[in-house]
Amino acid sequence: MERIAGGRDGAIVRVSGPLVEVEGAKDLSMLELLALGPRSISAETVAIAGTRATLQAYEYTGGLKAGDRAAPTGGQLSALLGPGLLGQVFDGLMRPLSSAPLWLTPERAESAAEPTVLTREWTFRPEASTGTRVGTGDVLGTVPESGAVVHRVLVPAGVSGELSWLAAECRVHVLDTVAVVDGRNVSLAEPCPVRRPRPFRSRLSDTVPLHTGQRVLDLMFPVARGAAAAVPGGFGTGKTMMLQQIAKWSDADVIVYVGCGERGNEMADVLDGLSQLEDGRTGGKLIDRTVIIANTSNMPMMAREASIFTGITVAEYYRDMGYNAVVIADSTSRWAEALREFANRNGDLPAEEGYPANLASELAAFYERAGRVTTLGGTTASVTVIGAVSPPGGDMTEPVTTDSQRFVRCLWTLDRDLAYSRHYPAVSWTGSFARDADAVGSWHAANGDPGWAGRRARAAALLAESDRLAELADIIGASSLPGHERVALLGGRLLRDGVLMQNALSPNDGFCSAGKGAALLDLVLDVVDACQALVARGVAATTIEQTDLGPVLRAREDAGPADAAAVRARRDEVLKALEVLR
Amino acid sequence: MSPAAVPGSPDGAPGPWLRDIAAQVSHGDVRELRGPLLIAGSAEGVGWDEFATVDLDGGEQRHGLVLEVDRDLVTLQVLESTDGMSLGGIGIRFQGRPLHLQVGTGWLGRVCNGRGEPLDGGPPVAGTDLRPVSGWPLNPVRREPPQEPVLTGISVIDALTTLVRGQKLPIFSVPGLPHLTVATQIAAQATSSGQSFRVVFAAMGLTHADIAYVRDRLEERSAAEELVLLLNAADDPVIERILTPRIALTVAEYLAYTEGHDVLVIMSDMTSYAEAVREVSAARREIPARRGYPGYLYSDLATLYERCGRIKDHDGSVTIVPVLTMPAGDITHPVPDLTGYITEGQIVLAPEIDARGVYPPVDVLSSLSRLMRSGAGTGRTREDHLDVAAQVLAALARARQAAELAELVGAAALSETDRSYIAYQDMVEKELFNQGQAELRSLEDTLGRAWAALAALPEQELTMLSTALLARYLPRQADRP
Repeated sequence: MERIAGGRDGAIVRVSGPLVEVEGAKDLSMLELLALGPRSISAETVAIAGTRATLQAYEYTGGLKAGDRAAPTGGQLSALLGPGLLGQVFDGLMRPLSSAPLWLTPERAESAAEPTVLTREWTFRPEASTGTRVGTGDVLGTVPESGAVVHRVLVPAGVSGELSWLAAECRVHVLDTVAVVDGRNVSLAEPCPVRRPRPFRSRLSDTVPLHTGQRVLDLMFPVARGAAAAVPGGFGTGKTMMLQQIAKWSDADVIVYVGCGERGNEMADVLDGLSQLEDGRTGGKLIDRTVIIANTSNMPMMAREASIFTGITVAEYYRDMGYNAVVIADSTSRWAEALREFANRNGDLPAEEGYPANLASELAAFYERAGRVTTLGGTTASVTVIGAVSPPGGDMTEPVTTDSQRFVRCLWTLDRDLAYSRHYPAVSWTGSFARDADAVGSWHAANGDPGWAGRRARAAALLAESDRLAELADIIGASSLPGHERVALLGGRLLRDGVLMQNALSPNDGFCSAGKGAALLDLVLDVVDACQALVARGVAATTIEQTDLGPVLRAREDAGPADAAAVRARRDEVLKALEVLR
Repeated sequence: MSPAAVPGSPDGAPGPWLRDIAAQVSHGDVRELRGPLLIAGSAEGVGWDEFATVDLDGGEQRHGLVLEVDRDLVTLQVLESTDGMSLGGIGIRFQGRPLHLQVGTGWLGRVCNGRGEPLDGGPPVAGTDLRPVSGWPLNPVRREPPQEPVLTGISVIDALTTLVRGQKLPIFSVPGLPHLTVATQIAAQATSSGQSFRVVFAAMGLTHADIAYVRDRLEERSAAEELVLLLNAADDPVIERILTPRIALTVAEYLAYTEGHDVLVIMSDMTSYAEAVREVSAARREIPARRGYPGYLYSDLATLYERCGRIKDHDGSVTIVPVLTMPAGDITHPVPDLTGYITEGQIVLAPEIDARGVYPPVDVLSSLSRLMRSGAGTGRTREDHLDVAAQVLAALARARQAAELAELVGAAALSETDRSYIAYQDMVEKELFNQGQAELRSLEDTLGRAWAALAALPEQELTMLSTALLARYLPRQADRP
């Protein structure tokens, strides 16, 4: 960001944590960045009244004094986006952490001006012809970035006209000019404001599912590419674990993992895990398709607020190159708390639970940046947003949870009782929804699995029935129920333990292909049918209950991650064994 | 291995941290005193978060931290409270920087108050390094994911919620339960790969009886110069509690990353700490979030708890065990709730288990150690550890259901399997969970007891254990009681 020298400077008059008030800075605009004090801490303008302006500072403000300089920069909060993001870790302001010192002191702010990503060299290959007219989003050339991702160098926003010069294949740094469009130099990396959505041509209305590799999601509560999902869950319900599994196994091209106000050890664990795991689709490492934005709970709070926007901007950046990106934000509640803390310091009137009145609209603006679109360059690509919500006290009526529910297509509610009984992922089948389930069913029907919707409906009915019977059995004892109801109870257990439960740590079970998931569900439904037939023929329910159905429960562990055939073979064996009871 | 470079270099003139670094300009224009807050005027050139010394008439010194700067008005929170202060006759000297602490190995073996001033009759603690007490965030990229188990010698913790070096694992309790006993037992017995821990114990708002108990139980560690005690009693200044855990953690970080020790920090009681934060917030007339606690309580607690961890290519670790009492036993109260969101699991103590005479009274089904999966099992503790733990818990969940059913229909109406679960629950509580307050059990002993309890169940119920593990560890029928 260029600094406009001198003339517009003002002076600090008040400092209260991240809230800073300045006096006398000229011609400020809302959201404009200023550099504060001797260390040039960045701060954003949030209110202007006469000659006085209120700022939120992105760094620790210790040592700032009344009278210190406040220098407007003329620009808004933006991130320098270019090749070299994948596999790296950044803070909420998109400064690389990989090259940052051990302790994140304020002194680091000065040294971070020259991030090491800028020094790396890339091979640029031109893919356009000079003399032609190009517009925003058109491909100028490519850079092999990492793994399966080819970085496409696009004409930046707001630029169009004649391509008067284009570099031949060459080695370049990210800030070197590789093309001249309409007299403007274009380099590999361009600064991109983070608070404004990047433009695209149009939203698409057809539905394509995002395969997450987690059965309870893919079979029961599927999420479409370009949709938004919220994951509310109290602490200890396995929220982070589930999000990490999605980061590892979903069939996206690029994952942006935003650790927003979460644990440092957890970020270290994500980084470690992704660095070790292989990407089954490309043979590279999973980290090579991942950008991690880590603003842990003890890092400056307002940078935490920015990290959500930084993350989604990075995802949109890859979307514009034609990729399917997924943003995982853990947790949106910490972001909302940052909004609340700042609003409180600013003396804003609180709405619910002390949150500012614009909480709902802020959440809506965030989730609405998800979408499956035709990009300006004319390709189909998507940004899927998955936001964790951490309701205080597990209270699902608190504002962040209730507001999030209104703006998402999918709700995956994590249930404390399931988690306490070690049923993971603890996605509640009564408290969750998937508004695109019918459309996903049609997609499956058109793509080789016409039974998908029927299977899902049967599973949902069986779960509801067995839940109802379990409540009854708690009062009168299971043995007092009629035979077919006892089989339904048993069927519910097989479905929960054999299909919906998934062991994240197991090499066979951690990821589940669509085919294996369908086969597992078929296995359970067919076994339930066979047992019902036996009971109808007069076989005692006790006999069935005492039959060893362990092979049904162990199928998910025994068969490989994509081995549907082994599951089908298991079904045939179990059905044969049940035959004997006739 | 090189010591971690931590900002804040030695100050040149070592001495107690509360002594003035240099003679400062004294500001005497006090405009307002409100609760723990002091508002001074005509104080130009003061930075936010600066530390200040307040001189009272008669030579008494108090200390404060800058909470807000507004032109020439400065709001200070006074650590020792504003009792007896008046608008006149006060001199304030600002230190020109945030509060720094002298750190060094000299802290080991010492007993200090909540502000770090000696209570043991010794000289003020001197150090070799000067560090800011608020610490700096550790670059998450440089963290080493915690992996090595900490053995506490307490069966229920070692077996089911294994503590891991560099973890933060709180104890949630209610008043009247033996949480301090458990915490001190962990402090007295904790080892990692056979190495003993250095312990920093930060007491906040504890009664004098509790403090005497802690000092007594940790006598040995203290004598061996492995212990730092920071004691803020229930009748000590409330605002001082905001400082106590920060001093503890600053000392701990030095001992861990510069001296290479494994350090265990016990902070009790975090509820008293949070109340001190609330008191300051209320005095500042901030808009409260839940139950009068400020909206930034999460971030505030995180700046304490997140100081645990390990660093890549460095020896040493900081493991934190905060202890908190849940008001009215409510786990959704802001203090346990926000703590649970930051920490890596929780150990929950339950009155009904205590009433059955089980010590430690851990409610294992609501307890969890998130890092156990990387800190236990093959290569860490024993190959069967994770599976046994999962089986013990699953069986307990089932046993609880059976017990509830027995209440309704009578034990006689239960199936044989359900009756075996009730027998199992009894056995696991008596043989595995219950133990003496000074009893140190080896991991072998602990896991052996778990297997013995599981043997009370029919073998086909042990679905989480592989046939190989069953063959190797399950006691033979003939050996069973």
